[in-house]
Amino acid sequence: MSQFFTAAVLTSTVAAGIALATPFLLAALGETLGQRSGVINLGVDGIMLLAAFATYYVALRTDDVLLAILAGMGTGLLMGVVTAAVSVTLKAEQGISGIGVYLFGLGFSDLLFQKLVGTPLPITTPPQVGIPLLDQIPVLGGMFFDQSPLVYLAFLLVPVVAFVLNHTTYGLKIRAAGENPAAADSLGVSVARIRWSTVLLGCTFAGLAGASLLLYDGIFQVNLTQSEGFIAVALVYFGAWRPSGVMAGSLLYGLVGAIILTWKSLGIIPLSGSDLAATAPAVITVLALLFVARRFRQPAALGKPYEREA
Amino acid sequence: MLGWLAIPSALLGALVLGAVMMLALGANPLTGYRALLVGAFGGSYALGSTAFQAAPLLLVGVGICIAFRANVFNIGGEGQIAMGGLAGAATALAFPELPSVVLIPLVLLAGTAGGAIWGAIPGFFKAQYNVNEILSTIMLNLVAVQVMNYLLAGPMVDHSQASVGGLIPETQLLSRNAWLPILVPGTQLHLGVLIAVLVAIAAYLLLWRTTFGFRLRAVGLSRDASAYAGMPVKRTIVWAVTLSGAACGLAGSILVFGSISHRMVTDGSLTGFTGSAGFNGIVVALFGGLNPLWTIVSAFLFGGLIVGGSALQVATGVPSDLVTALSGIVVVLVVSLEYLRRRARSQSTALAAFGGANPPTLRRGEPPPAAAVGGDGA
Amino acid sequence: MQRPVHRRALPALLAVAALVAAACGSSSSPAPVSSAAAPASVAPAASSSVTPAPAATAPASAAAAASGATSATTLKVALVAPSAVNDLAFTQSMVEALNSIKARYNLQVAISDNQFVVSTAANVIRSYASQGYNLVIAHGSQYGSTLQQLAPQFPNVSFAWGTAGSTFNQPNIFAYQANSNEGGYVQGAMAAMLSTSKVLGVIGPIAVGDAKLYVDGFCAGAKSVDPTISCIPVYTGSFSDVSLFATAAKTFVSNKADVLTGTAQAVVGAIGVARADNLPWFGTQWTQVSLAPHNVVSSQIYNWAPILEQIITEIRGGKLGGATYTVTLGNGGETIQFNSGFNLPANVKAKADELIKGITDGLVNVPQ
Repeated sequence: MSQFFTAAVLTSTVAAGIALATPFLLAALGETLGQRSGVINLGVDGIMLLAAFATYYVALRTDDVLLAILAGMGTGLLMGVVTAAVSVTLKAEQGISGIGVYLFGLGFSDLLFQKLVGTPLPITTPPQVGIPLLDQIPVLGGMFFDQSPLVYLAFLLVPVVAFVLNHTTYGLKIRAAGENPAAADSLGVSVARIRWSTVLLGCTFAGLAGASLLLYDGIFQVNLTQSEGFIAVALVYFGAWRPSGVMAGSLLYGLVGAIILTWKSLGIIPLSGSDLAATAPAVITVLALLFVARRFRQPAALGKPYEREA
Repeated sequence: MLGWLAIPSALLGALVLGAVMMLALGANPLTGYRALLVGAFGGSYALGSTAFQAAPLLLVGVGICIAFRANVFNIGGEGQIAMGGLAGAATALAFPELPSVVLIPLVLLAGTAGGAIWGAIPGFFKAQYNVNEILSTIMLNLVAVQVMNYLLAGPMVDHSQASVGGLIPETQLLSRNAWLPILVPGTQLHLGVLIAVLVAIAAYLLLWRTTFGFRLRAVGLSRDASAYAGMPVKRTIVWAVTLSGAACGLAGSILVFGSISHRMVTDGSLTGFTGSAGFNGIVVALFGGLNPLWTIVSAFLFGGLIVGGSALQVATGVPSDLVTALSGIVVVLVVSLEYLRRRARSQSTALAAFGGANPPTLRRGEPPPAAAVGGDGA
Repeated sequence: MQRPVHRRALPALLAVAALVAAACGSSSSPAPVSSAAAPASVAPAASSSVTPAPAATAPASAAAAASGATSATTLKVALVAPSAVNDLAFTQSMVEALNSIKARYNLQVAISDNQFVVSTAANVIRSYASQGYNLVIAHGSQYGSTLQQLAPQFPNVSFAWGTAGSTFNQPNIFAYQANSNEGGYVQGAMAAMLSTSKVLGVIGPIAVGDAKLYVDGFCAGAKSVDPTISCIPVYTGSFSDVSLFATAAKTFVSNKADVLTGTAQAVVGAIGVARADNLPWFGTQWTQVSLAPHNVVSSQIYNWAPILEQIITEIRGGKLGGATYTVTLGNGGETIQFNSGFNLPANVKAKADELIKGITDGLVNVPQ
């Protein structure tokens, strides 16, 4: 255990945990926006898969990372149109329609991969970018300020989303649509329009999450996400619909995963405990929630399509 | 009228999209669909295979119906199936000598119990600690896969399977006394299929013929109103997830003891064992209008899709991913058309009631209007 | 622990098989694969006890039948495999082997890939058997228990499965396995010589089967060069989680590992790390050079073609199973393919060649 508590190992473990947490964080932030306005999107994983493939394909063909990321976001946006049309306009059962989007994404992304690419080829992943000065800080610099650009973007989005939700008119409308859509409606807020906007934004975030995952892995494979999109939805509940809470959940999940891998690589976890140790991120996330869950209440109209009285 | 058309037209829409995709992939859709149909329903063996695939889907679907009626969203089916399979297999390993009449019910009950416990945990967390069930069931799936890998490669492993690569993560050949008997010789139609159908009927009776079922649906429609009426809301929710898990656990046991290999095998993933029945069961339940009886029909349709999907892959070279994508499209179309159906009906009801609103009712066999998932209630 | 399967089976039949293989090697096209099928190459596990003597006395008619074996009526072969045909690993190794021999042996090949759901795969295997395929290859150890039950129902169909050592004592099941620890040992020794930090990064899925065998061989090889070297494998708990493999690789790199290896279809994530950090990578099962042209030092390749040739010849000779085959470095079923894009120091290459020869000659004992 002593070899774990060295500056170098701690630094790399935390840095790895942050990198692991990033796709979760991006997807969960997007889901937070949607859920605060009253829309559950369980299709995140499918959207991430499609976006990851789009990112991969564009990167492979053009070698332009920025364009690839945009392709991922665009795919997310496109799936957002579908999700919003189904969930908001057609007032479909949100949980189930999300499963449909998930299955579509799971099947279709691999179909495209097999037909358009076939033999897997790697793409060039963007290098880590140190933030000048900050990355020189001993230990902390290596932990936080020597990451891929998308990592910074994800964490910068946390205060941005929090600010939008809590301190802008738009945020007020989002919360109103999620808490009491009838009242919001009577005040002249178009619940449908607000929910459309949050779903589109949320799915674009999911697309970005897929892109960040793909750029982290540097290659596409069937079911690349391994249910990360579902975990991201779970982390929204963990974070009690607050961007900071969602960030805490993502970091917890990512860090525990990174610590387990480090401990395995240092031989701290014996081989016989390898399988069970892999459950740690999930177990700890649930246990952590037992202590904080009581205090928060979900948006009152969450998952309920809004039907205007005639 | 639109109500009856919603599901067939969703299916039709998906088939047309599927045909377009096949054309785009350079395959002949007619060949493909013919292979799919023949593979799934052509002849007694194909029908038996379809029934074989349908049984776990039906059980998970029934579990989803129960949970959903109580407005609880169980996406932990995958883990509950695995736990059911493990509990059943462990029981058969422990008591291999028991006669079939005892051992078969015992392993099925053990599987049911295994799934029930794995379902009760999120139920308990929700009732006691207000932990959302979507979160806990997702996380418990992640736990279940590692527990399965651990048990099948360790305590439950078959020590006789030696190769240079060491042991294979699977149980030994399970006691013949626990095998589900084949009902139609020469096919895969085993007792588990019959049990699944009986469970579906039982679930229907439970939901619509008992006080418990009424309470469960009442809680699903409005937790506040149910609490106001003096119903034990929390307990009902725990029971709903537990029963849902129990049905999934039974599916796991049936997967093991009705399998061709009669062992529990892992390839390291949940899907490898469940075939994604935990997710597909949600689709099946929806397709059956969240009514356990219609879910029987729907499970056989989707079972056929799985069996036929493999045949389609062989005949046209189109990856069976196409079937996964298509079932996703079916779901999206069904839930979308459902709204049009509701609206058509509420308009006709509204006309009949001279413009009055259409209040939520506890009519038999109807999905709860605008049921919300993940609702924490008050 | 090799299990001599069907010991009574047969010096005689094996001899015929060997002869047949020899006949194929000499009479048909001189493709590289067929030369590998020479008698001394891949032989059933029990073959070590077989001397060439009985082969010499085998009736000439066997040889005549054998030479006809390659061009006889079309043999229908089905492959059921867990991952994609182009996975650059386990499945691809078998697909390429089939493709390399199908013209010469007049095979009609059908492939169902991505059959990771075991119960669905069982149905696919059964439907191939019932559709008149002569040989159904179930390419995954998770499929074996299915074959055990299906084989008696289809006594005229031959089944093969691997990697595994057991035919379940059934006359129509072949089994095949790979001594992946041997290639692991050679590559581990090379890794230890290439490493300056004396920390190796080794990543596996779950600690079972072929993956564990390779990993254990790799670490044993590394320790044979430097007993103090750090070679602690990380088993991620998943065969397919690319991110987890990538993170495990990064974890190793930041813990000073300067040579990496791994096995499972998710290693593509770890190879990406080797490429990005410009570290040497050792592959297994199939060549992974395309994923990191300058970082892959070598790959242990499974060449199943000689085994398939033997199985097919057996089937054409009327024997549908009952033998276990093992690919090893010695019999040419496993090869270490060096990547010319990696500048391997001459002494390391020499050490590798020495070990390959030693293992082939039985002078180097690779622990299991």
